[in-house]
Amino acid sequence: MKITRRQLLILLPAAAVAWDSVLAGTPETSPNYKLTEHWWGMLVDISKCIGCGNCVRACATENNVPEGYFRTWVERYHVSDTDLANPVVDSPNGGKNGFPPILGSGGRNFFVPKMCNHCADSPCTQVCPVGATFMTPDGVVLVDKKYCIGCRYCIQACPYGCRFLNPKTQTAEKCTLCYHRITKGLTTACCEACPTGARQLADLKNPSDPIHEFLRTHTVQVLKPYMATGAKLFYNDLDGSVR
Amino acid sequence: MPVQGYMYPNEIELAWSVLIVLYPYITGLVAGAFILASLERVFRVEAVRPTYRLALLTALAFLLVAPLPLQLHLGHPERSFEMYLTPHRTSAMAMFGFVYLWYLMAVLVLEIWLDYRRDIVLLSQRTKGFERFVYRVLTLGSTNISENALRIDDRAGYIITLVGIPSAFLLHGYVGFIFGSVKANPWWSSPMMPVVFLFSAMVSGIAVVLLLYMFSSWYRKQTIDMRCVDTVARYLFYTFLIDFSLEMLDLVHRIYEADESFRSLDFMVHTRLYLSQVVIQIYVGTLAPIGLLALTQLLKLGEKTRKRIYAVAGSLTLIGIFAMRWNVVIGGQLFSKSFLGYTTYKIGFVAKEGLLTAVVLTLLPFAILWVLVKLLPPWPDCEPPAPGSAAPAHGDD
Repeated sequence: MKITRRQLLILLPAAAVAWDSVLAGTPETSPNYKLTEHWWGMLVDISKCIGCGNCVRACATENNVPEGYFRTWVERYHVSDTDLANPVVDSPNGGKNGFPPILGSGGRNFFVPKMCNHCADSPCTQVCPVGATFMTPDGVVLVDKKYCIGCRYCIQACPYGCRFLNPKTQTAEKCTLCYHRITKGLTTACCEACPTGARQLADLKNPSDPIHEFLRTHTVQVLKPYMATGAKLFYNDLDGSVR
Repeated sequence: MPVQGYMYPNEIELAWSVLIVLYPYITGLVAGAFILASLERVFRVEAVRPTYRLALLTALAFLLVAPLPLQLHLGHPERSFEMYLTPHRTSAMAMFGFVYLWYLMAVLVLEIWLDYRRDIVLLSQRTKGFERFVYRVLTLGSTNISENALRIDDRAGYIITLVGIPSAFLLHGYVGFIFGSVKANPWWSSPMMPVVFLFSAMVSGIAVVLLLYMFSSWYRKQTIDMRCVDTVARYLFYTFLIDFSLEMLDLVHRIYEADESFRSLDFMVHTRLYLSQVVIQIYVGTLAPIGLLALTQLLKLGEKTRKRIYAVAGSLTLIGIFAMRWNVVIGGQLFSKSFLGYTTYKIGFVAKEGLLTAVVLTLLPFAILWVLVKLLPPWPDCEPPAPGSAAPAHGDD
């Protein structure tokens, strides 16, 4: 068969599109997952966290998080009994490799795992100029990295410091609540790796989810409630000094 | 020491660089210069007429550069047009593109074109070769300069200036809103922000036009119209007083309220921001020029002294307003949102968002202005003679 120059010019772009879809592979599907049947959040039980850093490592591996940036991290608080308002906090390398022995004595020490709060009224979604950050119908705040222009307004708007600019993709990045896992019936990487169950994925729309029982029987708080962001990261045993 | 105390780990690196300092600085100069120009047009302050066209061209030169720092800052500048195609309506930043385009095309370019139309037509008849081609293109095919046509131009220009004043307020007040509406950041979050930005914009715009007028007169070996510079300097003085009062009101309010962020911010102002905020912005860039300008209002000073005072006060003003933008943008990122620690801003020299880029972007509007001034001379004594008249027509002043 002889191909004329005209035919070649038509064929080449078509072949490029075809090759692009071959490279992209088959998109993952979750045929049994219904967006409207879920409303995701997470429960963090501070009294159970031992600061091992498993969650940070699991998240970094699962989501290919660039070194030096964090989708989740663990903070260690040292609250002296004489100065409640000024805790001493550290988080060496986001707590990824655990913590060195604390210096000084007295007061209380505890760990606080942090990550995106998947706020129902998220300021990051509000400020994104192109709508690249959005909330899914099942309550997860995500970033479309093919759409993000890299202006970093969302990073400024997040009261919890959960976002960063990925130096490779030059787009905003944050915790996705392992959306690729939870839509397939799995839990998040951090919850899975937590040895004490300090982190529990919670589906607030599922009546049989243990979160409901937990919320009824415990004193649960969110971070910076005065920000009125509708945070869905619920902390049990949260000390007033935590920011 | 880069980090002092505790920062959330993603906060250590600043998200917004010196380029985002330049953006409100440049936009402010645009809004301020335009508002000065509109004084002559709408409020008929004849004394400032020699600066009218220069102020308009200055506003245009700076407005053309205003989006460049933003573009250079974006991780994906090639996607910036998405802000026009699919703007996110709840985002303060998304509307910038529209406010900018409105201001550039519907206000500034149109007003300049209407104001210069007669000159452009006359120049297109007088010049030769490439120059003639440029002027012919600039006429946009409209060559009627009869008295009636010019009267319509004048009327239209007046209406555009009327629309332009709130537009200029919108342009810069809106820039203030971009920062003032970030509730996560107590250094920014304030309803005063748009107002403070607006008045500081007027201060910087008036100062830059004052300096440019004095410099260009000296360069062209023309005598400086003292009535004009005295009036402009008086406006600078009054606007500066309002601006300073607003900033002090904000400061006093913060100190008296002393909310949970206060200790952190207070510490920052006394340490990392001491030089740029207290020394450069407040002492050198605000109190010194206000004091100098007050002298010219209170004492009977000679012409030479006044000129020198205006030059010094204008320059200090520009430094002070730049410092103000710096302290807002960079200062707002030096402390942790946990209020437990502080980071440091490291600026590269030859980098995409480095010092060299910032310097080039600061100088670029002046280069553009130079071209604009060559193309469309703003001097009243340079207006092209009407066809048939031998001597050049002189302006009012």
